[in-house]
Formats: sequence, structure tokens, C-alpha cells
Amino acid sequence: MQKVYTKIETIIGNVVTVHAEGVRNGDLALVGDSYASVIKLDRDLVSLQVFSGTTGVSTTNPVRFLGRPMMVSFSEHLLGRVFDGAGMPRDKGPALKENMIPIGGPSVNPAKRVLPKQMIRTGIPMIDVFNTLVESQKLPIFSVSGEPYNQLLARIAMQAEVDVIVLGGIGLKYDDYLFFRDTLEKGGAISRTVMFIHTASDPIVECTLVPDLSLAVAEQFALAGKKVLVLLTDMTNYADALKEMAITMDQVPSNRGYPGDLYSSLAARYEKAVDFEGAGSITILGVTTMPGDDVTHPVPDNTGYITEGQYYLRNGHIEPFGSLSRLKQNVNGTTRDDHRALMDGMIRLYSAYKESMEKKSMGFLMTEWDEKLLKYGEMFETRLMDLSVNIPLEDALDLGWEILAECFEPNETGLTTRLIRDRWPRREALNEGD
Amino acid sequence: MDTVTGYVTGVNGNLVSVEFEGSIKKNEVGYIIVGDSRLKGEVIRVTGTSVSMQVYEMTNGIQVGDRVEFTGELMSVLLGPGLLTQVFDGLQNPLPELAEQCGFFLKRGVYLDPIPDRDWEFTPIAKPDDVVHAGDTIGSVPEGIFQHLIMVPFGLKGDWKVKSIKEKGVYNVRSTIAVLRDRRGNERELSMVFSWPIKEIIDCYDKRLRPDEPLVTQIRCIDTFLPVAKGGTFCVPGPFGAGKTVLQHMEAKNAAVDIVIVAACGERAGEVVEVLKEFPELIDPKTGRSLMERTIIICNTSSMPVASREASIYTAITLAEYYRQMGLDVLVLADSTSRWAQALREMSGRLEEIPGEEAFPAYLESTIASFYERAGKVVLRDGRIASVTIGGTVSPAGGNFDEPVTQATLKVVGALHGLSAERAAARKYPSIHPIDSWSKYDGIVDRKRVEKARSILRRSNEVNQMMKVVGEEGTSAEDYVLYHKGELLDAVYLQQNSFDPIDAACSPERQLREFDLLYDVLGQSYVMEDKSEIRSFFNQLRQEFLDWHGTEFETPEFFAQEQKIKDFYSEKTVR
Repeated sequence: MQKVYTKIETIIGNVVTVHAEGVRNGDLALVGDSYASVIKLDRDLVSLQVFSGTTGVSTTNPVRFLGRPMMVSFSEHLLGRVFDGAGMPRDKGPALKENMIPIGGPSVNPAKRVLPKQMIRTGIPMIDVFNTLVESQKLPIFSVSGEPYNQLLARIAMQAEVDVIVLGGIGLKYDDYLFFRDTLEKGGAISRTVMFIHTASDPIVECTLVPDLSLAVAEQFALAGKKVLVLLTDMTNYADALKEMAITMDQVPSNRGYPGDLYSSLAARYEKAVDFEGAGSITILGVTTMPGDDVTHPVPDNTGYITEGQYYLRNGHIEPFGSLSRLKQNVNGTTRDDHRALMDGMIRLYSAYKESMEKKSMGFLMTEWDEKLLKYGEMFETRLMDLSVNIPLEDALDLGWEILAECFEPNETGLTTRLIRDRWPRREALNEGD
Repeated sequence: MDTVTGYVTGVNGNLVSVEFEGSIKKNEVGYIIVGDSRLKGEVIRVTGTSVSMQVYEMTNGIQVGDRVEFTGELMSVLLGPGLLTQVFDGLQNPLPELAEQCGFFLKRGVYLDPIPDRDWEFTPIAKPDDVVHAGDTIGSVPEGIFQHLIMVPFGLKGDWKVKSIKEKGVYNVRSTIAVLRDRRGNERELSMVFSWPIKEIIDCYDKRLRPDEPLVTQIRCIDTFLPVAKGGTFCVPGPFGAGKTVLQHMEAKNAAVDIVIVAACGERAGEVVEVLKEFPELIDPKTGRSLMERTIIICNTSSMPVASREASIYTAITLAEYYRQMGLDVLVLADSTSRWAQALREMSGRLEEIPGEEAFPAYLESTIASFYERAGKVVLRDGRIASVTIGGTVSPAGGNFDEPVTQATLKVVGALHGLSAERAAARKYPSIHPIDSWSKYDGIVDRKRVEKARSILRRSNEVNQMMKVVGEEGTSAEDYVLYHKGELLDAVYLQQNSFDPIDAACSPERQLREFDLLYDVLGQSYVMEDKSEIRSFFNQLRQEFLDWHGTEFETPEFFAQEQKIKDFYSEKTVR
């Protein structure tokens, strides 16, 4: 039996309290027409977080407890559809009611995880060669606002070989939502995409549900054997929403106003990335915008400790420094024998190039070695780093050797004699190339 | 004693208030009964007839009025044979068994027996009428490569006499193997298993010793420059992406200890999986058996409940102390203590305690100190020496070491291996900062020579800074050589390729030999004036050293390459 309570005691921020009995923690309720979830119990005083906000909620609004936690429908019918942060249709399609599954479920038993071994090819050398993306990896793109992170995300989504794409838009600008929709439609990927879109103008509480909805759905697809790529943009908005909610609930803030459990909250979401033995996998790519380009800001900082690396997007390209894919070792040992050594060697030299650049900008005489580095750095930037470069991994590695051979003597590269013997391009080959 | 019961009066996150009748201990364990599952929790505050419990599980679905049963016991772990090779969560729940029972996902309220139910071949050591005390050995069973000692439970007080003890034979782990009697005639039946509260120190030893014996990790940078001692403590703070976990895995693989306990506390699950899948395949050169046979993994990853994250660190150290009682050297690697501190902070916030710096509780420092103090080298009552060494990683917010957890840790540890983001970005691994880090312990190489090498590194660094201002052309040849000496030391000695099958582990003998040669290179003066000549000389020298690292120790190739290096640089030295 559903009991209706009609006396709301307090309305503070997005939280209302009501006296009620037999209510369970985490249950869903309806406050007026809006969904709400139980976040705190104190004897018979129940605190409810109202998804669509409390603007216009009256003290006599009816409160109905539904006796179940927040759920989302899961079926093949989700594909091609767009929903909002409360799981309601944003397109003109019907609401889905069958096969409801709870969101924010338990975490995967670490003993059931397998070592990720499958590379996801993207055709972007800065990813494939230097920081390989691996199936079941969780990686954020660290970026300042204004960088083309959504474009990069969309491009990876289109080029990566996956079965299902789940796009979670968190505080997304409406234009960006349309951009994603159009790009996916044009690329023919919309029929394998599910979107949960919370736009910047939607209620703040719904924003915090988007990752859970997206990941719950992704998990079901993965259990059904699909390779799923989850795109979350932008997780900083998610963290800011948590902050806003925590502060209105009088929680003691820990660092720059963010709640003390920010790390745990983010981790619980990112850790959903998994490779199920004998079934599918979930790979998560998120965007974390860094306020003021500050990587020590709590959101990128906590994210970095959780995720398996990060891509720095700066000045329109993926930075070789700081960008890191922690799982690349699992796959780049088997791609080609020179992959690892070449990757490290080229980055070391690029780092030396940066130092020479610094010296040059301070007006020092450039030595012969500096000149070599400058030549190398420029070639590296235009031929490999540029985001428009779109070549398979093997071609990118060959290109790397060519660049080295054009700039240096073999013993200047720090690569082992064996590799140089096997891979160093012969002069004739280079001349032919010219 | 009657079970004390109560009922839930409120839920706030993982903090549950309970109204009870009877007597309750602080830190006692209780179970909240939700439907047909029992959720474990610990009493952390008592006010009148109401207690606050931190629940080790998700609190969804709990309602006011749910029944709570208290156990009268503190949060404890079970100690007995069969712990090695296992993978537990923070509450000592065996995860593979849990997976068998519940599938892909963790299911709350399921607690399994951590001690495998099996038979062991028991050999008695104590005889009837022997007088024994807590921690004394009464027998042993073979557990993998070790003699697992069966001891008198650590909690037994006073003198006990062995009334009877089983003959040599095969017995179930839970069967009674001995009966003890005290002066008053109280009898106590012992099996191979007993429990011990995780927050209490196991101190059934004679005395503690100063940690003065190096713990070899086969990492050149650590063994030579920043040594760790058996029974000592060290911390590894570093920003994300600096390679903390890779470094810890290297230590877990190569450390010269009997047992390694890896506590993955609030970190990525994927990293634990690496250990899980990799260790059984790796062979411990010392014993010729799989590395897993000397390993226990306590794994409470970041997405698992926060309260059991706090417990996981104590679970790990308690198991370590238990094995120390058997005369073994144990290494505990805790990754990361910051997540543990954050768990303390989350609970403190829920309890509405007055926050300290960065909202960490005021008791943060004393809590961290008492954890690290559980390390130590001890003499057991039978004269054997054993140790527990603790290495904890710290994940400072923003990579800034001036934050409360790093600072509190630095006060109590014996060595700091600070990781540097710049070194990691330049792919210089392990990214331990050679100048900012320190160690109070003695290593395998004579301290004076190490200091000399360090001073070259320091001065090389200064020259480098200076060159950024005055340029290469403004630097004297002498300084330029010095700069390259430091760079060489860094590139061929401090850096080590953990993915190279040979270079990944460098035995102490090899380290001594390589250090000798390198020390000689660094100590020489060279007859070179031209900068590009100097640069190419050192480039070539670096190349030769790197190729040397790729040769198997004490093979003909090894000696040949060593000679090649000697010939190469002695041509240019000032005689």
C-alpha cells in the first residue's frame, strides 16, 4: 500500500524533510510530480533529495514513497534514444518501463577482473603510439574550457571499434549536445548509441544521476557480451554538483568546498570500467575540465588518482608530457618489438627539445646539438602530434624512426644497439622517400 | 553472556545510529539485519543508550526499526594456517570464494571463513606439562614453503600448563589439538585457529631491536642511495602518474623478505588484478616457488565501502605481526595511506567532529604514527630474530608534500622515497627524486662513497640550473664535465627499466660491482676541452653502460662489456 504524506516539514536547498515511517534508505519517492530519493533517516524524519529541485514545492505537496530504489529500464530499445538525467525521454520516443534495473549497484569483485589486453585503436598517433588506449580502461581528458575536447571525444567514439556507445552529458551545453547527436548520426553510429543528457539548464540533482544511469546501462550491455564505450562529459560539472549539494546540506567541506567523499564518489563511478571474463567490457573516457588550467584543483587531482592515466589536451593537441596511459604496458609489448623503446626514446628527446627551446627563447647560442633537437621537435609536432594526423599504429612507428634518422646519429638517441641495427632506416630508403 | 540487541534509529551515509539495551564496548562489532542479510558494522561512538556505528557496507535499504545484534567482540581477524596466497577484502573476506558464490559483483552481507577448511599435518612441539604463555609455540604445520607455527593464542593471560596435546598426525584446522589448564583449573581447548583484534598490537616477543640490516629490494636507487632496513618504515609520496604503484610492485616482487603483504587500500582494482594475475606466474629465485606462495593480498579498492577501507590497513598489519611471531621477515606494502586517512576524514565528518587541517580529524597524526610504529625488528622469546617492515605510499593532493597526511607520515618514517612528477614526465623511472629523498638507514654500499656520488649529483644539478641562465657557452669545460657526470649517474644507475627482464632486478652483488665502476668513472678527470667532444663521450659511455645492464650477471658478455667500458673511458682520463 502506498501511503501519501502531505506535510513537508522543511525545504532547504534541494532537500525536503517529511515525517514518515517504514521508509528505507536510498528509496525513491515522488514529491508532487518530481522524483526524489531518501538520503538520510533520523527516527521518523526522512530527508529527500528532490531531482528537479525544490523551486515551487509547497509544504502541502503530497509525498509518496515508491518502496524501491532509483531504477532505469534496460533493453535493446535504449539504442538510438536520448534520455534526461532522471531517465525520462528527451527525444519524442515513448518512456521505457520494462526490465527495470537498479542504478549505482555494487562494485565488481576484484577477483573476477581480468588483465586488460586488448588495445583500442584510434588512429591518433599521440594515443596509439605514446599512450595506448586499452579496453576496459578509464581515462579522463584533462582540458581547459575552450579546448576541442568534445570534438576529440566524438572522434574517438566514431573511430574506436566498440559495439555500444553510452554518452553521459553532464551539464552539457545544448550546442554540444546537438554536436554529438549530429556527429554520431552523420557517422552512422547513432543506432548503437544511448544518450543520457543533462544540459546546463536542467536541475542540478539530475546532473549527479547521469553517470550512474549511463554506467548501469553500460554494465548490462557489457554483461550481455557487448564492448561498451562510455563517454562522460564533463565530470567537473558532476563534482561541482556534489559540492553544491553537500554544502546546502551543511556538510563539512574538505578542500576548496568539495565534500570529503569526493574521491570515493568519483571512484565508485570510474571503477565501473571493467572487462568481464567471458562477456563484454566497459571502457570509460571522461572529460575533466581544469578550472584555471590547474591540475592540482581537487577535481582533476582526485580524478588522476582514480583513473588509469589521463590525456592532457592543450593548445589543440594531446600533450606528450603528463599524458599517460597506465595500461599501455599491457598491450604495447605485443604490438611491435620497437614500440616501447621508441616511445620512451622519442619522448626523452622531445623533453630535451623543450629545454633547448627554453634556452633559445632566453637568447643563448644554439649548439649543434640544440639545432638537431630543434629540428626534431618541430618535425615531431607537425608530423605526429597534430590532432588531424590519422594513421595506423605501425605507420606511426615507422614515421617515428624516419624522424629520428633525419635528425640524429644513432648513438644520440639512447636506443639500444640491437634496435638500431634492426630498425634504423637506411639512408637510401630515406632518399627514396624524398 | 546474552547477546545485546538494539534497533536502528537513523541512517546518514554509512553512519547508522542504534538504540540499545545492555552493555556495549566501544569498537565492538554488530550486525544490522536488513531483510535476510546481515550488515557488519563497528561501534565508534556511544552516547547514553544510543550508539553510532560505521557500517562496512552500503546502507541502502536500511530502515528505522531494523534489528541490530552486537557480538561483544572487537573487529578481529582469524589467524591460522592457510592465509598465505589468499586475497582478502578489508574485513578478511576471501574474494575468490566470494566470487564463486556471488558471481561478478560483490554482495553485501556475505562473510566467508578466511581460513580454508582443510586438514594439516601437525607436528607437536610442546609436551604435556610444559608451561606455556601467549605466543609460545605448541606445534607446527607445513604451509607452502614455511613451517607455520601453531601458537598459544596471544590473548591468553598468565601461566598455562599443557594438559594434553595431539600426536603427530593429520588434523582438521578447527579440531582441538591441545588442551591447556591454568592454575585455577580453567581449561582451554586450542585449535589451529584463533582470532585477534586488528587494532591491538601483537607484542609476544622478548624485545625490539634497532633496524640495522638492509632490506634488499634489487632497485639500485633504493639499495644504494636510499636504503630501507628490515623492521624499518618508509613512505613513498608522489603525485598521480609518478609511478608509485609500479615501484611498489617491483618491491613486492624483489624484496628479500619471507612474506609480502600487499594492502591495496582505496586504490584501483586494476592494479590488484595485475598482482593477482602476475604473481602466481613469477618465480621467487630464493625459493624456486611461485611468488604468490609468499604473498597475501588485502584488497579494498576505491569503489568498495569506505569503512572497510579503514579496517584493511589494520588487517594487513595484524597478519604481518602474526607471521613475525613465527620468526619470519614480513614486508607490508600499503597503497595508499592517504585513502585510509580520507576514510578517517569521511567518518569524522559524519560524526560532526571539529575538523583539523583540510578537514582531516585532529587525531590523524597520532593514528598514522601508531600504525607505522607497529613495524619493527624483534627478538622472539626463543631467540630468533624477525621483522615487520612497512612501506606506505602517500597520495598528496596536488602532489604537494605540505599536506597533513604527508607531513604526519614524514615525522614517523625512517626513509622518504619522494616521487617527482618531472622525472616521471621525462620517463625517468623509478621517479624517486634522488636529492630530495632521504634515508636514515645503512645500505649495501659504504655511506661515504654514496655521499660523494650524491654530491656529484647535486652539483651537476646546480651546473644545469646555472647553464639555463648563462648558457652552455658560458660554462667551463670542467663544470660541463661535472654536469655530464651527474647525468650519467642518473641515466645508468638511478634509472632502472622495470620492464626489462634483466635490468628489472639488480642483485646487491651486481650493484656493488656496477657502483664500483661508475664511482671510478665519476672520480676521474678527463682530458677534453671541446663541449661537443665531451657530450659525445658521455653519450657513448651512457650507451655502453645501458648495454651492460642488458647482459646477464657474471656471464662472459658481462665481463666483456665491463672491460669495454673500462677501456673506453680510460683513454680519456688524465693520468
